[in-house]
Amino acid sequence: MRAVRSTHPANLFLPRVVCGRGTKSVASLLLSLELVENASSSRGQASSRDSSSNPSISSGISIFLHCPELCKHLDSPDNNPDLPWKFSDTNKEKVGYSIIVKEILSHYPSNYKQSAVIPLLDLAQQQHGGWLPVSAMNEVAKIIEVAPIRVYEVATFYSMFNRSKVGKYHLLVCGTTPCMVRGSREIEDALLKHLGVKRNEVTKDGLFSVGEMECMGCCVNAPMITVADYSNGSEGYTYNYYEDVTPKRVVEIVEMLRRGEKLPPGTQNPKRIRSGPEGGNTTLLSEPKPPPCRDLDAC
Amino acid sequence: MGLGLLASRAMRPLKYSNSRVFIRSIVSKPELQSPEASSAAAATALEPDLPPRSPVGGARVHFPNPEDAIEVFVDGYPLKIPKGFTVLQACEVAGVDIPRFCYHSRLSIAGNCRMCLVEVEKSPKPVASCAMPALPGMKIKTDTPLAKKAREGVMEFLLMNHPLDCPICDQGGECDLQDQSMAFGSDRGRFTEMKRSVVDKNLGPLVKTVMTRCIQCTRCVRFATEVAGVQDLGMLGRGSGEEIGTYVEKLMTSELSGNVIDICPVGALTSKPFAFKARNWELKGTETIDVTDAVGSNIRIDSRGPEVMRILPRLNEDINEEWISDKTRFCYDGLKRQRLNDPMIRGADGRFKAVNWRDALAVVAEVMLQAKPEEIVGIAGRLSDAESMMALKDFLNRMGSNNVWCEGTGAQPNADLRSGYIMNTSISGLEKADCFLLVGTQPRVEAAMVNARIRKTIRANNAKVGYIGPATDLNYDHQHLGTGPKTLLEIAEGRHPFFSAISNAKNPVIIVGAGLFERKDKDAIFSTVEAIAKKGNVIRPDWNGLNVLLLNAAQAAALDLGLVPESSNSIESAKFVYLMGADDVDLEKLPNDAFVIYQGHHGDHGVYRANVILPASAFSEKEGTYENTEGCTQQTLPAVPTVGDARDDWKIIRALSEVAGMRLPYDTIGGIRSRIRTVAPNLLHVDEREPATLGPSLKPEIKSEMDLTPFGSAVENFYMTDSITRASKTMAQCSAMLLKK
Repeated sequence: MRAVRSTHPANLFLPRVVCGRGTKSVASLLLSLELVENASSSRGQASSRDSSSNPSISSGISIFLHCPELCKHLDSPDNNPDLPWKFSDTNKEKVGYSIIVKEILSHYPSNYKQSAVIPLLDLAQQQHGGWLPVSAMNEVAKIIEVAPIRVYEVATFYSMFNRSKVGKYHLLVCGTTPCMVRGSREIEDALLKHLGVKRNEVTKDGLFSVGEMECMGCCVNAPMITVADYSNGSEGYTYNYYEDVTPKRVVEIVEMLRRGEKLPPGTQNPKRIRSGPEGGNTTLLSEPKPPPCRDLDAC
Repeated sequence: MGLGLLASRAMRPLKYSNSRVFIRSIVSKPELQSPEASSAAAATALEPDLPPRSPVGGARVHFPNPEDAIEVFVDGYPLKIPKGFTVLQACEVAGVDIPRFCYHSRLSIAGNCRMCLVEVEKSPKPVASCAMPALPGMKIKTDTPLAKKAREGVMEFLLMNHPLDCPICDQGGECDLQDQSMAFGSDRGRFTEMKRSVVDKNLGPLVKTVMTRCIQCTRCVRFATEVAGVQDLGMLGRGSGEEIGTYVEKLMTSELSGNVIDICPVGALTSKPFAFKARNWELKGTETIDVTDAVGSNIRIDSRGPEVMRILPRLNEDINEEWISDKTRFCYDGLKRQRLNDPMIRGADGRFKAVNWRDALAVVAEVMLQAKPEEIVGIAGRLSDAESMMALKDFLNRMGSNNVWCEGTGAQPNADLRSGYIMNTSISGLEKADCFLLVGTQPRVEAAMVNARIRKTIRANNAKVGYIGPATDLNYDHQHLGTGPKTLLEIAEGRHPFFSAISNAKNPVIIVGAGLFERKDKDAIFSTVEAIAKKGNVIRPDWNGLNVLLLNAAQAAALDLGLVPESSNSIESAKFVYLMGADDVDLEKLPNDAFVIYQGHHGDHGVYRANVILPASAFSEKEGTYENTEGCTQQTLPAVPTVGDARDDWKIIRALSEVAGMRLPYDTIGGIRSRIRTVAPNLLHVDEREPATLGPSLKPEIKSEMDLTPFGSAVENFYMTDSITRASKTMAQCSAMLLKK
């Protein structure tokens, strides 16, 4: 997409479309639309040719499909409202919901079912390999008895709900200031280069995708990545932070994940324990003293 | 929003300002450097010696309970308001117009545009007046530098991403953002980044979207959810990527969707048929009445020269509040198509030939005089005004015939008791109801504004709705009790569970559809409904909950004037039929040698069988009296000149009567109205609702059996019900796109 932008000097004057992280211009979108249009016209001429075999066409559509901030649903074979979608669980209750959905609903008063929208969407996302097809959102809307648009509103608001396909291991690189200062850009570049994908794109084997995230709240161990593991459904779902990573280390992590190895989450610096300083504590080495003002044992 | 008021307030040099010269700039005002200090100075400078201001937009204060009154101060004026008012409402009562984008008095409060910021004493920050309840003793300041600076800041943020395309924007000239930026906007922007742009949405053939102009006030989302009852629109995404949309590709399938055009404060949602047609300052507004259904919505016809450019709603709290249906709003292009220009006579070859009025009237009079009195039939159309129906009835009576009726009232209408055909509860009275029983009526398609009122009631007090008729979507929760008279009988006998809902309700309402007038067993149905009303205590001295929902604009006045056929099978024996705009009469059984006059404004169904065509003017071109379904008399006013050689309906009949040698005794519309006074005086009390004086208890007992065939739907296609809407291209598009099953 950046390449498209640089080849189009005209798009300097075009307004930016809110899509992706602002790197796309209207020109690139128009270009992709043109490609789609060309595809449909060429399909008319040579109907035997599969449109998806044309790389330019698929990349044209992928601008839309892999744009995480696009607030619009686009029908595709694996994401359309006609696909059936149900919460899977062997322990079906009488009402037809799985036991875990019932458990979630039980946290909320029965007249405020709609409060369960975020937990249910989260569950649906875990179950569906890390992303929410529109039929899953419709199912959530049915369970909490609201109009589907109310669920779409929530799902589009939160960036952690993915509305397009992600890999089985969704790698999120923290891009906020402390991590950026400590080299998160290099880490993302290393990941993208190693996997041979663009941001928010899934690798060919469907195993990995790389996204960006805002502050994960562990700035003391910056830079860091999160690995959302959707390979085992909602039961085996894990969401782990790998901290103090280096460009070399993230590639190792990717390879370990690919081999199916487990590695302990947390800091990847062997000299640190959790968020303690490298090489052990330097201050507060003794037991903390009781407050001098009163005698705690006396009470 | 009073542009002049806002602008003058903004432009007025502040008298407590140190500098005499008012510099319009964002940063360089000394008093803005320390707004708190200068506002303190302003507080001392403002004395309540200014002339008292009148409330904004006729805002009225109604105290439900006098003890609940609280006193607040708006710009120093002491003011009594009821508890629960917001700061913004208090300011409106005080005559201060607060700028706003997201706040709308008929929608829930969102508080997200922040344009209505005011200063409240002892509050650390400016407060959003639309969402802040007024508290006793609150000192509200709307005109201080702090409030002004806050609004200027908000305005700058709003304009940041708003395109500067006012010259090509249809909202230009009537845009809230444009108006308010005159008062609070800067003459230059400080934003040097790219403006965002948003992909337009396809909401159907009526609403055009330019989503880049959207300022995310969410009025349309709240309107669709709360008033229209179609939860399609939503606020998607967040931050600068936030946009209004449907997420999945979806058209807005509401019969009230056109109202989002009015409530959109910017040009994001505009009228598709009106797009790039005219500027609002070129248009002449005529305040008149809608005739496409029996509600009689108050409208303003905006015209330019001889052309109707658009139709907008007018505020009438008792009838349509400030909404109108899409049919009302967009049917106007039907007024330009398929019009009858000249009097025409069908020749021997079956083709119409244009003639002049003299010849046409002579031919009609000659044929008419040859026909036997009992073979003469007159049928008024669904758009006829009271004056022309009076003239038609008088004329045919003079010819010796009493077979005059109005289409849609059935073969044997009961015009004796007015309570038997009007909405006795009144449209605004429906808001007091807590239980509805809809019998053979689908208000959503028959009278969209009544449906909106029912929906409003249900949202306010969770009223129960039972519905008898073919399954339908009424856009609110309802119990579908059954499809026909069988269920009605069960309720009347108290066997049905819904009967207890009616009898336990405080203010139950029964609405019977006028579509049932056409049924043979209508008397039996009505007496069953009256039995339910009696048992369920629906009619009390202080409450009359038994209603009939009429279908056509002409119906109520026709029944008031006694347009009732003498015999139910007059069509079969007719030799001379006078169709005054009647297009939906079944002429199958008419003898082949009958002579048919079609007097009307559109070449619609009625013309196919006509021998002579007399062109008449449409509702937008004449002065006429209409009575709506609740019995409120209203008048249309001519907005545009008529087409071709057309004349007002009553004038044609008056001229014909003279040619036929039976001259009617009135020459002016005032003359007809004095004649109407002797028949139905309520038709002269314009803009007043005349309740029926006598209840159904006077009705003789009817001993007939109900036919158990289920009720049908009276309106098959909401968008096309009369000759104007059938000629409209926009309505045809709506029927094709929105009624797709």
